[in-house]
Amino acid sequence: MRARVFVTLKPSVFDPQGRTIADALHSLGYGGVEDVRQGKYFELDLATAEASEARALAAEVADKVLANPVIESYRIEVE
Amino acid sequence: MRFGIVVFPGSNCDEDAFHAAHDVFGGEAEYLWHKDPDLKGADVVILPGGFAHGDYLRTGAMARFSPVMGPVRAFAERGGPVLGICNGFQILLEAGLLPGAMLRNRGLKYRCEHVYVRVEYTDTPFTGAARAGQVLRIPIGHGEGNYFAPADLLRQLEANHQVVLRYTDPDGNVEDRWNPNGSVNAIAAVCNEARNVVGMMPHPERACEMLLGGVDGRMIFESMLKWQSTNQLSNATV
Repeated sequence: MRARVFVTLKPSVFDPQGRTIADALHSLGYGGVEDVRQGKYFELDLATAEASEARALAAEVADKVLANPVIESYRIEVE
Repeated sequence: MRFGIVVFPGSNCDEDAFHAAHDVFGGEAEYLWHKDPDLKGADVVILPGGFAHGDYLRTGAMARFSPVMGPVRAFAERGGPVLGICNGFQILLEAGLLPGAMLRNRGLKYRCEHVYVRVEYTDTPFTGAARAGQVLRIPIGHGEGNYFAPADLLRQLEANHQVVLRYTDPDGNVEDRWNPNGSVNAIAAVCNEARNVVGMMPHPERACEMLLGGVDGRMIFESMLKWQSTNQLSNATV
């Protein structure tokens, strides 16, 4: 199975890169883009065919390595 | 005093730290390769600056899995003094040996300049030669030194007196424009609860000789020597 892990800064954490991108978009005339938050995206190819196992494994890996729990949270999609 | 200086693939301030420890302060110094299984009898461990493992994923995120970090952790838990400088600080955060995390600098620029930091507490192995409130002029060089801790952790750090250095103006006043990276509460260095592990963004090893534009970094090394002599004395009297 494949797991997709999206890691983003927690809402309470200021994202200087996202803010800079938003400012750049505004200066290009995209006033309709109100805010930008930048994150990281991971694709994990997993040996298991069980969705629940895949999700559990991806969550374990995200907790231990892919995300820093002090500043980041993550979301997992499995297919 | 025997300094152990950890070298990760991508460390680039290891030789500066070695030079300061060995040539300026006359200590014994030993490089510890990141795959080494032990600390070669070091009395103090320094994690130097650089870009360990390319800073892949997050700064310091990969380095905490290096084999040498096992002995470093055990040494720290026994009360051994461990200093993380810049990338070394980031590694200690990722390894969980220090609380908090680093964000990209406010303003996104890599900042390479001299800054002023105020010594908040002198009861660590790395600040014992200073007086509380002393202002040091030491260079920084980093893109991710924007120290962050969630509000509850931050309160705890301040209550426990774990903020060891703070960015200030030359007179020791905390002012936002003298904070080079946006660190919360102008934090430049923190220690663990036991106070033997310290992480700092400024580079004391680059400020030990007038040739390099200042000598305020000597205080950090002098503190280590003072800590060791005091510690030996107390061990001897036990």
